Amino acid sequence: MLKVENLTKMFGGLAAVHDVSVEFEARGINAIIGPNGAGKSTFFNLISGVHKPTSGRILIDGQDVSRMRCDQVARLGVGRTFQTTHLFEQATVLDNLIVGHRLRTRSGLWDVLVNSRRLQREERECRDKARAALDFVGLAHLENRVVLDISQEERKRVAFALALATEPKLVLLDEPAAGVNPEETEGLARLIRKMAEHGLTVCLIEHKMDMIMGLADKIMVLNYGEKIAEGTPAEIKADPTVIEAYLGSDHDAAA
Amino acid sequence: MNLLFQQVLNGLTLGSIYGLVALGLTLVYGILHIPNFAHGALYMVGAFASYYFMTDMGLHYWLAMLLSGVVVAALAVLSERLVFHPLRNAPPIHDKIAAIGILLFLEAVIQMLWGSDFRRMASPYNGILNFDGLIIPEQRLLIIVGAFTLMLALHLFLRRTMLGSTIIAMAQSREGAFLVGIDANRVAMLTFAISGMLAAFAATLYAPINLVYPAMGHLVIMKAFVIIVLGGMGSIPGAILGGMILGFAESFGGFYLSSDYKDIIAFSLLVVILSFRPTGLFAKGAH
Amino acid sequence: MHRLASLLSGRGSRLFLLACALVFPLLAKSEYQVYVMASAFIWAIAVYGLNIITGYCGQLNLAHGGFFAIGAYALAILTADHGWNFWPAFVAAALVAAAVGALVGLVSLRLKEHFFAIFTLCVGFIIYLLIDKWEELTHGAVGIRGIAAPDGLGLVDFSQTVPFYYLALAFLVLAIWFAGRLAASLLGRTFMAIRNGDALAQSLGIDLMRNKLLAFVLSTTYAGVAGALYASMIRFVGPEEANPNHTFDMITYLLVGGFGTLFGPLAGTVGIVWITQSLQFLEDYRMIIFGPLIVVLVIFMPRGVVGTFLGWKLRKDTEAARAKGPRAGAKVAPAKEANTNA
Repeated sequence: MLKVENLTKMFGGLAAVHDVSVEFEARGINAIIGPNGAGKSTFFNLISGVHKPTSGRILIDGQDVSRMRCDQVARLGVGRTFQTTHLFEQATVLDNLIVGHRLRTRSGLWDVLVNSRRLQREERECRDKARAALDFVGLAHLENRVVLDISQEERKRVAFALALATEPKLVLLDEPAAGVNPEETEGLARLIRKMAEHGLTVCLIEHKMDMIMGLADKIMVLNYGEKIAEGTPAEIKADPTVIEAYLGSDHDAAA
Repeated sequence: MNLLFQQVLNGLTLGSIYGLVALGLTLVYGILHIPNFAHGALYMVGAFASYYFMTDMGLHYWLAMLLSGVVVAALAVLSERLVFHPLRNAPPIHDKIAAIGILLFLEAVIQMLWGSDFRRMASPYNGILNFDGLIIPEQRLLIIVGAFTLMLALHLFLRRTMLGSTIIAMAQSREGAFLVGIDANRVAMLTFAISGMLAAFAATLYAPINLVYPAMGHLVIMKAFVIIVLGGMGSIPGAILGGMILGFAESFGGFYLSSDYKDIIAFSLLVVILSFRPTGLFAKGAH
Repeated sequence: MHRLASLLSGRGSRLFLLACALVFPLLAKSEYQVYVMASAFIWAIAVYGLNIITGYCGQLNLAHGGFFAIGAYALAILTADHGWNFWPAFVAAALVAAAVGALVGLVSLRLKEHFFAIFTLCVGFIIYLLIDKWEELTHGAVGIRGIAAPDGLGLVDFSQTVPFYYLALAFLVLAIWFAGRLAASLLGRTFMAIRNGDALAQSLGIDLMRNKLLAFVLSTTYAGVAGALYASMIRFVGPEEANPNHTFDMITYLLVGGFGTLFGPLAGTVGIVWITQSLQFLEDYRMIIFGPLIVVLVIFMPRGVVGTFLGWKLRKDTEAARAKGPRAGAKVAPAKEANTNA
């Protein structure tokens, strides 16, 4: 599904990501871990088209996306969430989500001027899609609430729903469980599993080890921009390189 | 030869003034990431303060300049405390609008007190030096020497003193500065004070060969923005170098092309630069 | 109180507002008042334009007054110097503002936040300088006289104040109608997504450049239309039209009314124009009050009069909805509690 070949990104003279090759299977949950500054976020930004790779290729279902703009990649079916969720706080949850399906619509200025049938139909579609996504993340009852009034964990779920409304094949989740308590983390993990069960390929960056170990089908470990290991959670736990380079150097993350 | 020399002298004079104003602007941007649209108004207030101290209170030029520096520095600090500090976590559009509010207020106050007439500021240095046919008006020499002295003083302050190094540290990394225990509020106030003072000094130096009026800050602030975009937002050497580049471009452009359009040179430069380098000429990171 | 709120934002209130505007000339004490109101309407049209790029799309455009002046000068030059009829010249003026907007937008919209604001500030100034210096085209500081009044096609005489008032009102209604339709549409939602952040918008598959450019061109077209109407009302244009202070005025109107709201531009513009009028002695020094007002609003009431009202109303509505559906409320509560424990 996602195939990365010899991916390298240089900033100035420094390699943030260096010669990383990896393949993620469809419908799987894939985690990227590594100490701070290991290049995880850069890796995400490369896949989603925020940064252009210095060298190497990124293939999604066989299509080379390494030179595409962010919005083009999104249209190909890559959805993502960010570490901090920027929602429009003064609007309702549903209002925040409707634009999520915009990329699958074609209405332009002319449609707005004449209030065309197409515009009306597409607006209905966007609304339905937003409701469906909200229902998927378990927040259907919140659709008319103002974002300002909902909890941190609910905001995370709304951000998931926004990414899902784009109808992605692959979702990139950047620290989805940051800033939520253990019970809520468990709930988010269940939601992520549900995404995979519904046919999505999930790729996440996370620091919460117990969550990752219980959730991921496959883990890739980055350190100083290089891939030092990949495998199942059990393999990663037993890998001496990982223990030395990562777990050994960062007790907090291992705890 | 003499004509060419005059243009060089002219370029140096303009470049010095622009550099000083741009320095204050770039310092504030470097620390707080605010494009302070009110900076030109501070420059203008600086000129009027000096004018007041000289004509109404009969103080000497240098003393007037010093007092004006203090007044404008206080004003700048006040604007930081009352306006920019409360807005530090607001959406990015807010501090810019607030800066415009300050600008409008200061201009209106000055206009109410002095009217919108053009005024001349006398300077004790009206003489003309003649070096074997090369003519240098004293005030221009004063501007160039004064500006370079101020730049050197600023450089020494930032590099050689504890207080100055906190500004550098915070400009490089807010989080880092916070971790080593630098008081961000104090640095912000200090930066605004320096920027205000530089603006007042620049205005007082330049006013005797120019005019004093409430709208005098408009062109200067915009050129200062062009300079810091040219030199890299937040870069100190960039501001000085950019000031000189612009000063010379205007001086020679105004002489060889058209003096009517010399003010447009700066903005055309900006358009060209930003068309090819959307983050400025010497931008460091992708910010 | 709540009933009053829904009354104020419903369809009925819009009709009421329109009715007030229609009878205003009959109730006004003098023709001068009608004239002031017409000019307020024209400025409001321009502010609606500013609201599209700055309010909805989140890009602080500091050249807006410049585009207003471009519209005014285009109409002036075409009718006074080239003898064009009013309506073709009017359409041309809007197109010129749109075209210049497209050119400026192509360069400036690639710039982020600060750079965009700085760049447009300079563009505004370039427009001012060009108008002031390019005497062959603009007659420089002398300005242009003899601008055609809107052509009534033999039916109405728009050089009279009251007919012109209704013309300005018609354009204002059109401007609000389109802004309202835009804001409620997918396109408007796309603009607002960009305001929320470039990165997030792009991750939703939104082409930033295309949408920002569209918003920008729409806004400059509004400014051009307003400028052309203004020139045909005053029948004279001078470089003062391009003074960057007009941009700052419009930002003040928008801020007072409320960024990104449908009725903010109208409330802010008409409100402040009348306050300024009633404080005539302040004319030159109005910024002594406006300046601090801008600062205070941006700190304490950044959503303006209309935005604050709508926010209050939205909260009321959702509270009312929650009170009606206790089940939904009960479902929400535990999650909230858990969060405060975290």
